[in-house]
Amino acid sequence: MAVNFDNLNNYHIDVLKEIGNIGAGNAATALAKMLNKKIDMEVPKVKVMEFKEVNEMLGGAELPVVGLLLKVTGDLTGSIMFILENNAAHALVNILMGKPIENRQDFDEIEMSALKELGNILAGSYLSSMSSLTGLNILPTVPEIAIDMAGAIISVPAIEFGKLGDTVLYIETEFIEGTTKVLGDFFMVPDMDSYEVLLRALGVVG
Amino acid sequence: MENTIKVGMADLQAARHPAVLTTLGLGSCVGIALYDRSTLVIGLAHAMLPDSTQAKNVSNTAKFVDSAIIALIDEMVKLGANKSKIVAKLAGGAQMFSFSQSSDLLRIGLRNVLAAKERLEYLGIPILSEDTGGNYGRTIELMSTNGALLIKTIGYGVKEI
Repeated sequence: MAVNFDNLNNYHIDVLKEIGNIGAGNAATALAKMLNKKIDMEVPKVKVMEFKEVNEMLGGAELPVVGLLLKVTGDLTGSIMFILENNAAHALVNILMGKPIENRQDFDEIEMSALKELGNILAGSYLSSMSSLTGLNILPTVPEIAIDMAGAIISVPAIEFGKLGDTVLYIETEFIEGTTKVLGDFFMVPDMDSYEVLLRALGVVG
Repeated sequence: MENTIKVGMADLQAARHPAVLTTLGLGSCVGIALYDRSTLVIGLAHAMLPDSTQAKNVSNTAKFVDSAIIALIDEMVKLGANKSKIVAKLAGGAQMFSFSQSSDLLRIGLRNVLAAKERLEYLGIPILSEDTGGNYGRTIELMSTNGALLIKTIGYGVKEI
């Protein structure tokens, strides 16, 4: 039985939501450890959006954002992307590097590595919660980074969703450190065959 | 006071003069800009995938390069465009991330551009200019006045093709 992404019912969406909740929760904990700060988190919102609306997310298609893309291998294949607004990325890097929070100089090499490490940790904790929920072996590759217009970065996971259906599913998370709010979006894009593997492992599809 | 119309992802729009058609933050998707000099009717498609014949669900024609071009020409003809006078410009098809191993996910931009060229050639629509490839996003604006295609980037300047 093939899983058509547009035919996912509410129950499937709820299951994916729950993975999102647990994954983002673990990601917040991991982030707190990395930054050695107390990190609070809003309840993540799982959103399903039509392509036409995608351009309006994260404050507009032309807003500069940082995109971290990891390929996923193992029992599931696909990719996972974390996108955060440029300002938020600066705030995180500043906390990490002990710089003034309002510093907005272009990222240097070390800061780019720090961002990739951030991607590693966030995606890694997300995938490990998925792994323990499903019993599947899921491994991320080293992240690649791109800083550009939101629309252009989002086109990468959106195209993958385009192969499955006419909507994009993503998880909006908000991390809070003191008065700094960091809004980021997770896109989890299993390859077409992997959706079935995932839902079957969760006992959703017989 | 120009009439600016936004074209979303997997979307297409046609318009009569005076109008500007724009699509924001074009990444690996390809922007297909069509212009009929004789009637000043313009059309812009923001297509995500090269080939509708490979897909199971083709309900959104604007999603695929091949079907988007056909649908866009239809829309333009409805607005009075002369099919034989239509010319094209292309933008987008970037590779946003540079993984060392090449895979479908990464070469999709290039494949979108090639699909657009093939389809336009098949239909006998000349491609006047293009700004494709690279590893950066583009915002594009197509003007009905003269068919100019304005391309804006972050860090790679602004140009008109």
